[in-house]
Amino acid sequence: MTNSSNFGTGRISWLWFALACLALLIAPALFDVNTMTVLLIWSLFALSLGLMWGYAGILSFGHAAYFGLGAYTFAVASMNIGESTLPLLLALLIPALLAAVIGAMMFYGRISDVYMGVITLVVTLIIFKFINSTAGDAYRIGEARLGGFNGIPAFPILNVPGQTDIPIFGLGLYYVVAASLLICYLLCRWILASWFGRVLVGIRENESRIELLGYSAPLYKTAIFTVSAAMAGLAGCLFANWAEIVTPGLFSLGQSAEVIIYTIVGGLGTLIGPMLGAVGLGFLKLLLGEQTLIDNSLLLGAILVLVVLLLPSGIVPTFMRWRQKRSQATAARHRANSTRRRRRQHGDGA
Amino acid sequence: MSETVVETRDLSVRFGGVHAVNNVNFSLKDRELRCLIGPNGAGKSTFFKCLTGQVQVGHNNGRVLIKGHDVTGWRPYDIVRLGVGIKTQTPSVMNGLTVEENLWLSARRVNSRETVREVVQAVMAQVSLEGIARRQLGELAHGQRQLVEIGIVLAQRPWLILLDEPAAGITHAEADRLVEIIHEVNQKATIVVVDHDMQFVRSLGGHVTVLHQGAVLREGPVDTVLADQKVREVYIGSRAK
Repeated sequence: MTNSSNFGTGRISWLWFALACLALLIAPALFDVNTMTVLLIWSLFALSLGLMWGYAGILSFGHAAYFGLGAYTFAVASMNIGESTLPLLLALLIPALLAAVIGAMMFYGRISDVYMGVITLVVTLIIFKFINSTAGDAYRIGEARLGGFNGIPAFPILNVPGQTDIPIFGLGLYYVVAASLLICYLLCRWILASWFGRVLVGIRENESRIELLGYSAPLYKTAIFTVSAAMAGLAGCLFANWAEIVTPGLFSLGQSAEVIIYTIVGGLGTLIGPMLGAVGLGFLKLLLGEQTLIDNSLLLGAILVLVVLLLPSGIVPTFMRWRQKRSQATAARHRANSTRRRRRQHGDGA
Repeated sequence: MSETVVETRDLSVRFGGVHAVNNVNFSLKDRELRCLIGPNGAGKSTFFKCLTGQVQVGHNNGRVLIKGHDVTGWRPYDIVRLGVGIKTQTPSVMNGLTVEENLWLSARRVNSRETVREVVQAVMAQVSLEGIARRQLGELAHGQRQLVEIGIVLAQRPWLILLDEPAAGITHAEADRLVEIIHEVNQKATIVVVDHDMQFVRSLGGHVTVLHQGAVLREGPVDTVLADQKVREVYIGSRAK
């Protein structure tokens, strides 16, 4: 395979990656740590959807199901176990297992994209309804009462592995979230550069051709759905640690819609697009939350409509295309100038 | 005597009240080249899709056997994994990827990471795709896309190749080259070609099966079959030469 063939997945620029690490390292000195932490959590959540939707063409209208499940799993498990290492792992595992079951049913059942959208939506609605109705003593898992509409407050948060007396919060949590985001980004890059990732891109492009090449599309789609759900679960778990409370709102349609908007606005088919979309729009959401003049959802909806109409491929892909065109134009100008110079010199010489 | 590698037994497919494939018994020997012809609506493509798994055949509607495996009801990817290469009627390619990337995905399943590049280069040379290796499929003309799809099939190095209308939309020169490629590949592989371009079918030679109203009408060497009065009546009509 030649170096230029990367299946449209781009290549990691280690210089930019190093700069991003540096920026994440010094950001707490410049910005509010709590705000930065939640923005990075939303960024991770958007990355999980962007990987699955942008590269395998699978759109989940209910990705909040896995985000919320990660948060609740951590809260319930940490109340029962105490030490946070196992709850953290369970917060990845449980959403991944649910996604594997639902994904296998959807993809091996060969339902159409429309029904897939409906199923993902209904799953999150069912969980939302169920969790909302879990008030009372009857709904408890070990030590943890699910708490219905009020959710679960005051569960033990992340601690340094093996040391329950050293909790991770504030700046420590920020660095855990930043490291998780960077690791997940590298994991996504690794997946996309692998044979598995290339088959996923093939599925997005033409699923029936991929099957006629001997690849089991349902298997690949179930696998990426599971990986994406695990990442969403991790984001949910980190969110639970940031908020220190989990409520049914985590499963809400609004939560699912927001991550879709972040991904579309940032740009599908890139990893950086959904992440930047989440940071930008998430920050805007937080700013708008401080006033009562304009409704938050209304403005997010308006931004989505504008981006879909004016920049249908999203901000990052549009910017990348513009940059590519500009560099091509510059190169063409340089070529023309050097040709003119050569001709002039040749004329002078003659 | 070469062994039978493809066989259908009493194969039937109904769409509503229409018998698209009607009790077809078909067999193909190893390294045989067979053309399936017939007028529009004869059931060629439906029969082809029964072989590839794209049309699911119920167990009460006959059997499809490939190299001894009863593949009735199998999914296309399971059938392909037996070593079958499939080219569909309209080019089924990955439009957003380059020619090279399309071939890579095809070759990679049956080749190691180290050898896949060589296989891709060899197939591009065989089908004359080097000049458009970096072009995206969505940018190419129909004929070029046809050739790329044939390249995709060849990149899997299959022992059984099923080609549905491979000559549709390609130039005469490309069709001549395609005939050469098919004959070349036929040295090692069994090939089924579905087409209604009689000139192309004649160029390919070999045996022909004529389908009419979902059933086998005639079978035999191409010249004998095309000269048959019944075949001329139902299929070729006044256009017969």
